[in-house]
Amino acid sequence: MSDYVAGMSSDAKNSPKRVVFVTRRTSAHVRSVDEEQVQTYPEALFRAALAVQVLVIALVLLSLLFNAPLEGIANPTVTPNPAKAPWYFLGLQEMLHYFPPIVAGVLIPTLLVVALVVIPYFNINIRPDGVFLKSRRRNLTVFYIVAASLSLFLWFFDVYVALAPTLMVAGFMLIAAFSAPQSPDRFRRYLVSRPVSWWIMTWFLLELAVLTVVGTFFRGPGWSWVLPWRS
Amino acid sequence: MQPRTEATLGRLMASRLWKSIFRSGRGTSTLHRSMAIQQSVFLHILPAKVRRRMLNFDATWYLGTLTLGTFLVLVITGILLMFYYHPSVPQAYADMKDLRYVVSSGLFLRNLHRWSAHAMVLLAFAHMFRVFYRGAYRPPREFNWVVGVILLLITLLLSYTGYLLPWDQLAFWAITVGSNISSAVPIVGQKIHFLMLGGNQVNANALLRFYVLHCVILPLAAVLFIAVHFWRIRKDGGLYVQQSEPAKGAGEARVSTEDSAQEAVAKP
Ligand code: HEM
Repeated sequence: MSDYVAGMSSDAKNSPKRVVFVTRRTSAHVRSVDEEQVQTYPEALFRAALAVQVLVIALVLLSLLFNAPLEGIANPTVTPNPAKAPWYFLGLQEMLHYFPPIVAGVLIPTLLVVALVVIPYFNINIRPDGVFLKSRRRNLTVFYIVAASLSLFLWFFDVYVALAPTLMVAGFMLIAAFSAPQSPDRFRRYLVSRPVSWWIMTWFLLELAVLTVVGTFFRGPGWSWVLPWRS
Repeated sequence: MQPRTEATLGRLMASRLWKSIFRSGRGTSTLHRSMAIQQSVFLHILPAKVRRRMLNFDATWYLGTLTLGTFLVLVITGILLMFYYHPSVPQAYADMKDLRYVVSSGLFLRNLHRWSAHAMVLLAFAHMFRVFYRGAYRPPREFNWVVGVILLLITLLLSYTGYLLPWDQLAFWAITVGSNISSAVPIVGQKIHFLMLGGNQVNANALLRFYVLHCVILPLAAVLFIAVHFWRIRKDGGLYVQQSEPAKGAGEARVSTEDSAQEAVAKP
C-alpha cells in the first residue's frame, strides 16, 4: 500500500489494485450467484444468427410479394390531399389537426423524448409496488385529479381520438383501485400489482397505436374522417 | 458436412495464416470459445458468457437482435442502391424508374430496403417497450436506456431522410409536411428550416443534404451508438434478470441488480 499514490500523480508503472476498506467489524460476506451460464460463442451467437435468418426470409418474402410505392415525379405545384408524413409521424400529424404547430410539432415531441430519457432516473419508476397499494389515499386523489383534468382537456379540444384510450386506461385503473391484492380474479390481481410507471407507459403505448392507426388509415382529404374499407 | 470438406476446413483452421488472423485457433474447449469472443475486435464487446435463461425467447423476444438484423440488411441493400442512385433533380427519380425497369433485381433491391426500413422502426419501438415492461431500464442500466433512446431517434431520422430520396410526390410532400413543423420552433424556427433544407422549400439542395445525412452521417452515428449499446450490456452485467422469471438453471440464488453490478466489476 505504501507505494500507492492516489490522484493524478499515481505511478503509471503500478497496475491498479482493487482495495477493500473494512470499516466495521464484520464477518466475510460472500454473495454467490449460482446461475447457469453458457458460452456466447456458439450458444448466443448461433441463436442470434438463426433469429436474423428467419427475419431475412420474412423480409425477402415481403419484398417479392409487395412493391415499394413510387408515385409521379415530385411536383411543388400539385399538392396531394391529404399530404401525409411517414407513418411513424402520423400520430403527431393527427395532433397537429387539433393543436397549433408549436404544441403538436415542437412541445409534445420534445416532452416525449425528455420523458423517455428520464424514466430510469426517477425512483417512482423504479419502485415495483402497485400504485394504489401504498399511500392509497394520496395516490387515489392524484389519480382522480390527473385523469379528470386530462379527459376534460381532451374533450374540450374535441380530441376524441386521444380521449378514448385515456378513458380506457382510467377505467382499468379504477378497477385496480377497487380490487384486493388477494382477489380471486387473476386479471384483477394483475392490475392491482401494476406500478404507476406501468400505467403511464401503457397509456402512452395505447395512444401511440391508436393515433398512428387513425392517421394512417382513417384520414382522407382535408384530414376528414374516412373509412379505409369504403374507398 | 462432407468429411472431405471438414478435413480441409480443419487443416485451414490449423494453418499459420488462419491462426494469425483468428488468434483463438481451432478447438471446442471453453478456453477456445472464450478466446473466439475475446480475440475478435468485433465480438469482444460481447461478454464471453451469458446466462442461459436470457437465451429463452420470452426474455427479450429477440427484438434487439432483430433490430440489429434489419440494420445489417439495410446497410447491405443501401450500399447496392448507392451504385445506381444520383442525389440530383430530376435524375434521382429517373434512377427509381431504372431500378424498376432496367436494373436486374433492382425492384427487389428497392423493395427489400424499403420494407426493412419500416421493419426497423417498428422493431426499435417494440424493443423499447419490451425492455420497459421487463423493467430492464433500472439501475445500473439507466444509461443504456438513454443510449437506446438516442438509437431510436437515429433510426427515425434515418428513415425520414431516406423517405425523400426517391423524389416522387409521396417523398416530396411527406418531407414538406414534416419540415414545415420546424418553422414553428420559437425564434430560430425559420433558421432551422433553412438549415435543414438548404433553402426555403424542399428542393435539390434539400435532396443533397438528406442524401449525405442518410448515407454517411446517420449510419456512422448508428454504428457508433450500437457499439456503445452492446458494450454497456456487457459492462452492466449482462441482460437484466427479472426476479419473476423462473430460473431454469441449477439451484439459483437471489439475483438482484446489485449482484449483477458487482459481477460486472469483478469480471471486466
Ligand atoms: C437501433 C436500435 C437498437 C438496437 C440495434 C438495439 C440492440 C439491442 C440488443 C441486441 C440488445 C440485447 C437484448 C435484446 O436482444 O433485446 C439490447 C438490449 C437493450 N436495449 Fe437496445 N437496441 C436498440 C434500441 C434501443 C432502444 C430504443 C432502447 C430504449 C429506449 C433500448 C434499450 C435497451 C436496454 C435498456 C437493453 C438492456 C436490456 C436488458 O438488460 O435486458 N435499445 N439492445
